[in-house]
Amino acid sequence: MEKQQLIIEQIPKLRRYARALTGNAALADDLVQDCLERAWSRFHLWQPGSNIRAWMFTIMHNCYANFVRKNKHQPSLVTIEDWGGDAQVAPNQENAAELRDVIAAIRQLPAEQREVLLLVGLEELTYAEAAKVLGIPLGTVMSRLSRGREKLRAILTHRPLIAGVRQVGD
Amino acid sequence: MAYPVSEDELHAYVDGELDSERRQAVERYLAEHPEAAERVRDFASYNRALHQAYDRVLDEPLPIGMARPRAALWHAWALRAAAAIALLVVGATGGWWGKTAVEGDVAQRPNIASRAAVAHAVYTPEDRHPVEIEGGNEEHLVNWLSKRIGAPLKTPKLTEAGYRLVGGRLVPASSAPAAYFMYENDAGHRITLYARARYPNEKKTAFRYSYQGDIGVFYWMDERLGYAVAGQMTRDELQLIAKLIRAEIEG
Repeated sequence: MEKQQLIIEQIPKLRRYARALTGNAALADDLVQDCLERAWSRFHLWQPGSNIRAWMFTIMHNCYANFVRKNKHQPSLVTIEDWGGDAQVAPNQENAAELRDVIAAIRQLPAEQREVLLLVGLEELTYAEAAKVLGIPLGTVMSRLSRGREKLRAILTHRPLIAGVRQVGD
Repeated sequence: MAYPVSEDELHAYVDGELDSERRQAVERYLAEHPEAAERVRDFASYNRALHQAYDRVLDEPLPIGMARPRAALWHAWALRAAAAIALLVVGATGGWWGKTAVEGDVAQRPNIASRAAVAHAVYTPEDRHPVEIEGGNEEHLVNWLSKRIGAPLKTPKLTEAGYRLVGGRLVPASSAPAAYFMYENDAGHRITLYARARYPNEKKTAFRYSYQGDIGVFYWMDERLGYAVAGQMTRDELQLIAKLIRAEIEG
């Protein structure tokens, strides 16, 4: 019961993340379902006391990576009908047009940059947690985040992306 | 010149990852650099946009059945039932199954398990050059090693058990090269996966356990490859990870 509760409490945020990741409600819920099945069968791997949320997102990332790999050669399967003009933005929402632009731009990012941007910006994982979830070094989290956000700016302001700017100090 | 601020710190500022001293340094910097301040405002606006667009999902009712993964429950129950039956069979036949599962000290058997234990002992203490190719370059690593050992390899994801891929290298086996992958957890514990093509005289085998000193090894052979997972931990702990690796490879 306790185990069930721990897992169930994570479902709403997993759904939010999957929705943002895929842009498709049905596909997102399939991913969440996969993730839950896996969490149940691998619950013994979770170390009690450690962050269950980060662990569940680790599983979610692995499910998503499998999904992307399996569909790599069948682009028709990953065509996402509501990418871009999608139903997440209510028409009466203040700044609806801007919001739609940002969401559409995020969907143009490579999956690895989008994942970092969502884990940090939407799910509010720390950089260290995101590194663990994705199984990559902290420095890679930083560089994907930085490249992703610069790319968003380039898309949204229609400016060419200036590559290689790292140090803004002095 | 007064407050050098790195690109990474601008992002860390947006994401609330800085301590108060660095936060103040960034704020002073932004006050004097309007272009950087504009970028930071844009970065923060993307985070806000994500919340505005997707937070509503949190309030949606869950799809029916999602909170009760029936298939997984059934699966777990079936596994337990199968294990119980297997135990009965072992009991009835005098436990031969239990005996073959442990080969004992691998030093006497120059097989895949001892090779894997040696590779583990040689490379895991390395701080500077534990691997030839790092995990960040996973695709290249896997392609290269697959080519050298003549069979398609996969790098299992062990993040669910808290381990990330450090990288890999090519290591010698008796007649052909073997691939070697190293994983590490937050505490710095390392486990390694050794894989090579099956020799013509080797048969498919189930999961087996051996040890060499304090290095435990779980190994098995599938259709094309032999695998060995080595680590310095209890047999039960290593078994959890070895089973995860096998599931990842087969999945």
